[in-house]
Amino acid sequence: MIAITGLDIDLKDFHLRDINLEIAENEFFILMGPTGAGKTVLLEAIVGLVPIKSGKIYVGRREITALPPEKRGISIVYQDYALFPHLTVRDNIAYGLHFHKIDKRKAQERLAQLLDVLNLSNLQQRFPVNLSGGEKQRVSVARALMVEPKVLLLDEPLSALDPRFREEVRGALKSLHHTSSVTFLMVTHDFAEALSLAGRAAVMNNGRIEQIGNIEDIFQRPLSAFVADFVGMKNLFPVRFQGTAADMENLEIELGRKPANSRGYIAIRPEDIVISRVALASSMRNSFRGVVTGILDQGFYYEVHLLVGTVTFKSLITKRSLFELKVHEGAEAFLSFKASAVHSF
Amino acid sequence: MKREPFFWVSVSCGIVIMAFIILPLIQLLTSPSLEMLKETIGDKNVVRSIWLSVYTAGLAALISFVLGTPLAYLLARINFRGKRLVEGVIDLPIAIPHPVVGIAILSVAGKNHWFGQILADLGVRIMGSVTGIVTVLTFVGIPFYLNATKAGFEAISPRLEKVSRSLGASMFSTFARITFPLAWRSMLIGIIMCSARAISEFGAVVIVAYHPMIAPVLIYERFEAYGLRYSQPVAVWLVSISLILFLLLRILTLRKVEEQ
Repeated sequence: MIAITGLDIDLKDFHLRDINLEIAENEFFILMGPTGAGKTVLLEAIVGLVPIKSGKIYVGRREITALPPEKRGISIVYQDYALFPHLTVRDNIAYGLHFHKIDKRKAQERLAQLLDVLNLSNLQQRFPVNLSGGEKQRVSVARALMVEPKVLLLDEPLSALDPRFREEVRGALKSLHHTSSVTFLMVTHDFAEALSLAGRAAVMNNGRIEQIGNIEDIFQRPLSAFVADFVGMKNLFPVRFQGTAADMENLEIELGRKPANSRGYIAIRPEDIVISRVALASSMRNSFRGVVTGILDQGFYYEVHLLVGTVTFKSLITKRSLFELKVHEGAEAFLSFKASAVHSF
Repeated sequence: MKREPFFWVSVSCGIVIMAFIILPLIQLLTSPSLEMLKETIGDKNVVRSIWLSVYTAGLAALISFVLGTPLAYLLARINFRGKRLVEGVIDLPIAIPHPVVGIAILSVAGKNHWFGQILADLGVRIMGSVTGIVTVLTFVGIPFYLNATKAGFEAISPRLEKVSRSLGASMFSTFARITFPLAWRSMLIGIIMCSARAISEFGAVVIVAYHPMIAPVLIYERFEAYGLRYSQPVAVWLVSISLILFLLLRILTLRKVEEQ
């Protein structure tokens, strides 16, 4: 549905390089990446708000690279809602109708339907200044969908919302996606959001796309050290592969399979590493003795740092297990993880 | 809560400034007797000059509005090399001594200059004409319009315009439906500032056009010829009429704000 080929953008202090992306019709595609990776610039380039240096953008079979934004049929929803402050909720949503030839009765039906689905019927005559964040964002989504776009771009639509409203808008997005034929492309920082909404995703870094694939693949099988770190594989080590094992420093880590390359990285999620006070008699192939060097409060969880030889492993445990284990800085402890928890690339 | 000394120092400074501005004005407004005021406003020359002042200042504001709005928008939205320079040029009329403005304009509009030659061929006269007065007033007033309007445009998030475009509006429709409705208040303030500056101009006008006489020139002439007592009533009328006009405009705008 959207295809982007060889897109290069040169802004004053920022570049996008060689962006290639294909998103199928009615797909819910997620774009992730750290701040400054170029996600918003990419969205604005798709809408036609940023001049591009080279490359092509297609929607369906139509090339839209040279079209002005108003001729592209692509709507955008921003994190800060960007509602028109001088128009009521109803006029905000109906704004696009001034420029589209949509049959009056059809438009009314559509408006009523969007007001209903997004639970805005009672707010029609309000001005944006009198709305909560969640309400504002629902108006913004309704306004974007009112013109029946082929593609809806969402730039961190949930980031500015309170957790309660976030849930509610996320649910609305999900159901709107299911009931329409619109292609959704959404930028987010939040992994839970990404996993609950998307089929496929891309990770951007420094103006380039690092990895494209199924969302689970990106989380389970990152293809680069950057993506592994980005998706929270905090135990990331450069290694030399020997047979089915990985060698680093003085440790040998069992992978249970033979990687194709001889040098590379291994990555282990901190929640896959189990900590115990005595050596565990379990099926876990990797078990090491180490010293606790740090315990970091992460809210619901604690991140425990364990020094094994010269390597620091990071493990995530609950408050309760921290209490039961009675570990403290300087204490000796064992860490174990399955061979299948070790991701290599 | 006990206020800090800093607070009282600030308040004292404020009171001094208020008194400094208001005291002379009150003295001026209350000096002439009602009879004298009545007699003065019956004077055809006075009425003519005040009317001339008001409508040339209004024209200067109108010209600033028409020519200045696109430039103010450009400066608020686009970064380009030399933008600072353009902004500096815009502020120049504020810094130049007023008679110098008049002299500078006359030197371009004179017969010795190619531009003055063209004007003469077209039958446009600057020296001693209403055209000349409006030209001078626009020159001194336009920076105030540009700066107020630019600030108004800058206060509108460009994202509103971007969303409008993505919803199918052309650049022109976006300006008409989004940017203008959100910025017109700043533009009105710009118009008030510009015409306030224009109506108070004396030094530049007196060089370009002593006749026809705008109110400040008339006041000066009466002061020179007859002294303080005879210039005061004209001054009172000029000040009152401009104050009423500006107050009216402000009230109209404020009422609109409360409606939204």
